[in-house]
Amino acid sequence: MPETTKAPAPLARLGGAVRWDTAVGALLVVLLICSFSFVENFGNALNVSFLIGNTLPIALIALPMTMLVVSGEIDLSVGSTAGLSGAVMGALWNGGMAIETIIPICLLLGALCGLVNGLLVTRLGLPSLAVTIGTLAAYRGIAQIVLGADSVTDFPQQYLDFGAGRIDGTFIPYAAIPFAVLLLIAVLVLHATPVGRSLFAVGASEEAARFAGVRVRRLKLAMFVTTGLISSLTGVFWALHYASARYDNATGLELSVIAGVLLGGIDFDGGKGTLGGAIAGVFLLGAGQNVMSLLNVSAQSQIVVTGVLLVISVLAPRIGRQVSQARARRRSADKAPAALAAS
Amino acid sequence: MTVTADTPQQIAADEPTASRRFLDRVLKLRALAVLAVLLVMLAATQIYNSEFLSQQGVKDLLLNATILVLVAVGQAMVVITRNVDLSVGSVLGISAFAAGTYLHGGGNPLLAVLIAVGLGVLFGLLNGLLVSLGQVPALVVTLGTLYIIRGIDSIWVGSRQITANDLPASFVDFGHDGLSVIPYLALLTLAVLVAAGYYLRSYRGGRDLYALGSSPEAARLAGVPVRKRILTAYVVCGALAGLAGALYLARFGNVDSGTGNGYELTVVSAVVVGGVAFTGGSGTVYGAALGALLLTSINSVLPSIGVSSVWVLAIDGVLLLLAIAVDRIVALRVAGVLRKRAAQMRSAHHA
Amino acid sequence: MSRTLTRRATVVVAVTAAVALGATACGGTTKNSSKDSGGGAKATASADPNAATKKGLTVAFLPKQVNNPYFTIADGGGKQALDALGSSYKEVGTSSGTDTAGQVSYVNTLTQQQVDAIAVSAQDPGALCTSLNQARKNGIKVVTYDSDTKPECRDLFVSQASSEDLGRTEVQLLAEQIGYKGEIAILSAAQTATNQNTWIDFMKDELKDPKYKDVKLVKVAYGNDDAQQSFQQTQGLLQQYPNLKGIISPTTVGIKAAAQYLAGSKYKGKVKLTGLGTPNDMRAYVKNGTVDAFELWDPAKLGSLASYAAVALASGQISGAEGQSFKAGDMGSYTIGKDGVVVLGKPTVFTKDNIDQFKF
Repeated sequence: MPETTKAPAPLARLGGAVRWDTAVGALLVVLLICSFSFVENFGNALNVSFLIGNTLPIALIALPMTMLVVSGEIDLSVGSTAGLSGAVMGALWNGGMAIETIIPICLLLGALCGLVNGLLVTRLGLPSLAVTIGTLAAYRGIAQIVLGADSVTDFPQQYLDFGAGRIDGTFIPYAAIPFAVLLLIAVLVLHATPVGRSLFAVGASEEAARFAGVRVRRLKLAMFVTTGLISSLTGVFWALHYASARYDNATGLELSVIAGVLLGGIDFDGGKGTLGGAIAGVFLLGAGQNVMSLLNVSAQSQIVVTGVLLVISVLAPRIGRQVSQARARRRSADKAPAALAAS
Repeated sequence: MTVTADTPQQIAADEPTASRRFLDRVLKLRALAVLAVLLVMLAATQIYNSEFLSQQGVKDLLLNATILVLVAVGQAMVVITRNVDLSVGSVLGISAFAAGTYLHGGGNPLLAVLIAVGLGVLFGLLNGLLVSLGQVPALVVTLGTLYIIRGIDSIWVGSRQITANDLPASFVDFGHDGLSVIPYLALLTLAVLVAAGYYLRSYRGGRDLYALGSSPEAARLAGVPVRKRILTAYVVCGALAGLAGALYLARFGNVDSGTGNGYELTVVSAVVVGGVAFTGGSGTVYGAALGALLLTSINSVLPSIGVSSVWVLAIDGVLLLLAIAVDRIVALRVAGVLRKRAAQMRSAHHA
Repeated sequence: MSRTLTRRATVVVAVTAAVALGATACGGTTKNSSKDSGGGAKATASADPNAATKKGLTVAFLPKQVNNPYFTIADGGGKQALDALGSSYKEVGTSSGTDTAGQVSYVNTLTQQQVDAIAVSAQDPGALCTSLNQARKNGIKVVTYDSDTKPECRDLFVSQASSEDLGRTEVQLLAEQIGYKGEIAILSAAQTATNQNTWIDFMKDELKDPKYKDVKLVKVAYGNDDAQQSFQQTQGLLQQYPNLKGIISPTTVGIKAAAQYLAGSKYKGKVKLTGLGTPNDMRAYVKNGTVDAFELWDPAKLGSLASYAAVALASGQISGAEGQSFKAGDMGSYTIGKDGVVVLGKPTVFTKDNIDQFKF
């Protein structure tokens, strides 16, 4: 990550030394350790597999979302894309098509949804926020038209088992394995390839990146398509995990994803953040909710906690930076008169 | 998310009078386009179903729009400064319940409305302070306050609800009565709309909001009190969301902890369809109001021509996409025309 | 760099297409080939009707939505019954009525907390199955109330009233008010609402009776249990069908939104409205003449019956098989019907004359 700060004042360095994503990761570890030791029923394999299984859809979408946000864009239509691919999956299954054919079709559909978002953003130069609010409504609306009142539940058992089951004798859900592979790929792409560096460059300054030879539009288009693809994969997983394909599947998922990603220290203005931080943020929220439920904290209070965490996650680093800047300024101001007096 | 194209404003600075007039005309055309779509749609529906624009029908159309128009006006002021307030739905819900609780205890209706507005101001202040002092992205902060306010609302309200039976009859009647076809609520909304429009157009504070949205950096250098103006925009937005909450109570006579849930997306759509750009610095509250009127009218038109409500969501989404896409294309064209004119003028001067 | 991206995208598309083609060629798994799958633990365990009622059990209520007045009353009834039986009560749930994922994770949490029984009102008939069956494998008894899951995913369903009764009586109520003549419409909740859809089917069936030959059902509209949408759907119905004589709204949110609209419009008293509503919600509209009569069961009794059923299951007095019966305190004895359904009884009809006797 390009950390090109000037030599900071000693006090400012204190704030800078602990990076936000490290802090979130540490917080997650502390939460897990505390929960394992003190929260009844948290530590057994079944609960941990529940925790992972319920957080997986959010974590999956967080992978491409992190890259998008790093490059200065956002996609709010992910939940609707997931819902649409679930609805199409249900409709085609009802139509008697083979599941092995349906799933690739759904994935292609997701890529297409992403392509539409990407073209509107890159070709017309529209703000991604407005575009994806529009497609958030549009894709969900199409899902409603496609599947209507139906709720499809009779998918083949071996697929449902894959969606909801875990590897015998362990806490690891089957679905966690493909996720781990995708996570590895995403980390490598973002942090160890020219593509990743280009994303950071575009996020930091699109203009500069263009002059440096990055093909900004094509890069962004590819990111939107990937996001659509992964969203539809999540939609398929969602339908299998909860054994139910309905048009309103995964409603509001975009907010959970964004909350997790932002909590993980991905800067909304683009150009900053790490995938590790984003995934830690997502699992911190997921684990927090699991623990709060086990401790009988009501759903309403959990909403407040999520909101407060979100506000703190954006406010804390900035306030920290401002405080250290102010101190540095005061210090140099103190020095200046002294220097004058000495001369 | 910076769009670096030659925006009409930048060029307008070169040739103040001529291009300003041209730009004004384009902006008016934009509002006229929304109005035209609205009128055509209403007329077509009327032809299909002669009951649609009956006295009751017109009254219903106006009443349906009032609450959304109010919130959209406030939201437009925030969006003009290149910010956004996602917490409006939660604010609407909590202030509606607060007003209802007060009335349930036998309070004065006017005071109840003031309580709702006051609560809205309070939350607007909170949002405004977080955004302007913390200098953090508005989207994230107000997403956070959306959760926080909704959570507080649910904890406070629990499973209680306010029903029409708890409210004074005069207050409920105020929700649907009016001067012939024009409901009182619509008159109130119109007054707010005109006041906001006048402020934005003719007061320094209002013009500053546009300056701020076009280029925050330039506005700061030009001496615009940035924090104060952003704070004002958020407070107005909160106050109007609170007022909308009170009107919601009067109109629907029923409030619980879920009231206003998910309203933010409708509001933002209305504002954008009405021609207020997300990139800040352009659009009017009248446009936002028209956008709100258009969206609520679609919801009334579809059932009365017998189209399943299943289509509403998809149509709303596509409409939003169309609105921003058309805006962008027109803006590019206008920029082209202006550039050509400026070039012509310059060569005329040199000759 | 971007060329590699494009190439990668092409590869992805090619691979998915190839997989799709390959899968189709091999036949693949279709709806028909996997018909025999599914199913969970069947209620086969033997029951001893004379077993002692256990005390100190924990029964958890998981309503469709916490903070929903209807469920608060129902769960309150459940709590009272549990107090009387010497067992303990808890309530958890999501704050949205369509957050199925949230409901699933609450079932999982309750499984972790090893409660003795769960009484759940399901947001989706299929989505809860996996986790409910997991709970049952861990020895937890599952009773559904208000809204059922698929029969193989629970031990018992405590039904508010038979769906058939509800559907038919609502049509009868409205037909009487409009003199068995004219156009009527239905304002339902969401298109996906299982309960409402079953009731509407029975309404349509009831309308086939020759005595309704002059009554015509013109439309079923969906207000999604949202005040504003129900409002606009009601307006749309009245505009589209100017001769509409009556509306049935089999959902508590829909009926009060429709009543509030009618009360403030020229249609007040002219267009009849009936359906399912709570007396507290509807009191104002019955008194001002907007609504003549509507019906509902007592939600508190529904919750209470769910508690008795859950405790009877956990005590081993019943196993959920057809024909078994159990005692439910003051409410008397109930017998389990087909598919493990227990019916609370006939709904109560509320009118101007009796509405003040009911406080829920």
